[in-house]
Amino acid sequence: MEILWVILFPLCGGIVMALFGKHRLAPELNSAMSLLTLISAGVLTWRVIEHGSFTALDEEFFVDAFNVFLVALTAFVGFTTSLFSRPYMRIEQHHGKLSANMLRLYYSMYQLFCFTMLLALLTNNMGILWVAMEAATLTTVLLVSLYRTPASLEAAWKYFILCGVGIAQALFGTILLYFAAERLLGANGTALLWTHLNQVKGQLEPTVLSLAFVFLLVGYGTKVGLAPLHNWLPDAHAEGPTPVSAVLSGLLLNVALYAVVRSKVLVDGALGTHFAGNLMMGFGLLSVVMAAFFLSRQKDVKRMFAYSSIEHMGLMTFAFGMGGAVATFAALLHMTVHCLTKSAIFFAVGHAAQKSGSQIMEQIRGLIKTSPTVGWGLSLGTLAILGMPPFGVFTSEFLILVTTMHTYPWITPVLLLALGVAFAAIFSRMQVMVFGETTGQRLPHPPALVPTFVHLGLVLMLGVYVPPYLAQWYHQAAALIG
Amino acid sequence: MTHIPFTGQLINMCASLLLLIAFAMLSQRRVLSLVHLFAMQGLILAFSTTVVAYSSHQSHLYFSAGLTLVLKGIILPVILHKLVRRLDILWDVETLFNIPTIMLVGLALVVFAFNLAAPISHMAGTITRSTLGVAMASVLLSFLMMITRSKAVPQVVGFLAMENGLFFAATSATYGMPMVVELGIALDVLIAMFILGIFFFQIRVAFDSLDLKHMEQLKDD
Repeated sequence: MEILWVILFPLCGGIVMALFGKHRLAPELNSAMSLLTLISAGVLTWRVIEHGSFTALDEEFFVDAFNVFLVALTAFVGFTTSLFSRPYMRIEQHHGKLSANMLRLYYSMYQLFCFTMLLALLTNNMGILWVAMEAATLTTVLLVSLYRTPASLEAAWKYFILCGVGIAQALFGTILLYFAAERLLGANGTALLWTHLNQVKGQLEPTVLSLAFVFLLVGYGTKVGLAPLHNWLPDAHAEGPTPVSAVLSGLLLNVALYAVVRSKVLVDGALGTHFAGNLMMGFGLLSVVMAAFFLSRQKDVKRMFAYSSIEHMGLMTFAFGMGGAVATFAALLHMTVHCLTKSAIFFAVGHAAQKSGSQIMEQIRGLIKTSPTVGWGLSLGTLAILGMPPFGVFTSEFLILVTTMHTYPWITPVLLLALGVAFAAIFSRMQVMVFGETTGQRLPHPPALVPTFVHLGLVLMLGVYVPPYLAQWYHQAAALIG
Repeated sequence: MTHIPFTGQLINMCASLLLLIAFAMLSQRRVLSLVHLFAMQGLILAFSTTVVAYSSHQSHLYFSAGLTLVLKGIILPVILHKLVRRLDILWDVETLFNIPTIMLVGLALVVFAFNLAAPISHMAGTITRSTLGVAMASVLLSFLMMITRSKAVPQVVGFLAMENGLFFAATSATYGMPMVVELGIALDVLIAMFILGIFFFQIRVAFDSLDLKHMEQLKDD
């Protein structure tokens, strides 16, 4: 029942916002809908803490240790981003970039996007997971092109076509998975239920499953932004409105990775080899290295942080691929802290770009003078994402590196080099943007940076102290994922 | 060679027609004819699904055949037709270079697809298993079509044709996906079509053309 609420609130939100999206108080209504989703996700989380994992509605939905924290995280970031978008979108409207109609589209699609994310996380059916991922592309594609500039249309078209083709591969993978499962579970609706598949994973046909995993990894990997399928990601992040960049980086990439990992569990069980893990390690490592070297060549601030997202998603994919209790624990922690940190950075970057009237980094100067909150938010967020202690990203990256040293020592220098290059690229840019002479102007609405600091506070907390139930989920999920 | 029942022969014929259409799409330069080919593909798909449903006594396949007929045989082509008319590109002809080369690449893809599908079709117990190779081939051919086109509408037709190929793959390997999933996919395709329709107009306003060659601003140097 709780699961149903979590999914129904954003769905209703989409309809409500389509009706009242032009109202003066639409931003507040949007936040209220997201708050309802957050509360129901909180109730769901509470129930899982009390009673453990369960399935609902003829086993069509399920919650376990792996998806419960992602559901909570998605609902939370959905809510904070809606808080951030209140002043942000008002300023954009004030600057004449958006009309009332466009805002209505934005609010409605924002809620529906949250709906697809939560549906993808909570569904037990691998087919519905695919449907939800495709729907996530569809809801965000019009948001990326919201400004209707040639560049944003190009970004949205690229996003649509690349992710559409990519996700079609994942559909083929799902068909193959169903083909293998049908022979064991019969041709009824239950053969695509993950919990059922998980029970019989040892008997699934290995050749079919390995082929299926290649397609699933390429398909969902396109949405994770793994190299060499990442081309859509920097464009979509840079050209869309900043709240959309924040949820794309924070939520969509995580959920796509979640789909990959769910598939990996099944394939590992069927094959009994490290085939899936090796593939994921290869793609992950390539993404980390590629993104690190592209970072230093960026001029647009949102583009730069988009490449940083590719780097971090690559790192997570690599860690999940490596497997083992510690690496998987670290990857799950990294999913959480990267999501929080990156969305916090985008909040700060959004206001910084509004103040300077440009996303080009050379034109953003001296943020700390005109508005200390934006400046501090950006600098602390950057330090956090670069893996400075005591932030949580440090903990997870440290754990990943330590495990790499144990299991694949020769990869460690490659990872360290990539992290070092990324550090140099981002840190030097950040200094110039935050300190020095200012070019910024005052904003017509006061920026809301409470979400940024709440996120960073949480990341700081996760760096020094992981709550016991969260640690327990991570451990259980790590045991499940292997 | 064992004796193939009449229904099996019908299905094989549909499969070969689908492959033929995939090649025709690859070389078709007129936008309107592409839409017609796409409609024909949808109709054949619906017909072959009905035959599969009849011969395998899978009643849920009748539903998906009906869904295919309505969505891919009627609604999508009609929407595309209207779009083409409203965008005034009814007589648009695209210059395609090197059609013979594209065809040869397409042939290679078909061979590759049959090789890839061979181990799986051996395991399948469906009467349609021999058509899995055709399904994979038409997915790959639509993919090739998307790569070789530079205009928006043909790219979208390629995208939808790829989805048709995937649907055919699902029917030939497993007698179709579970009903919920199939409905979800159909809904996604329909929404995608609407969004693309909106998109065409936005692109035309911004670029004065539906030629995607104009989209070369966003590059990493």
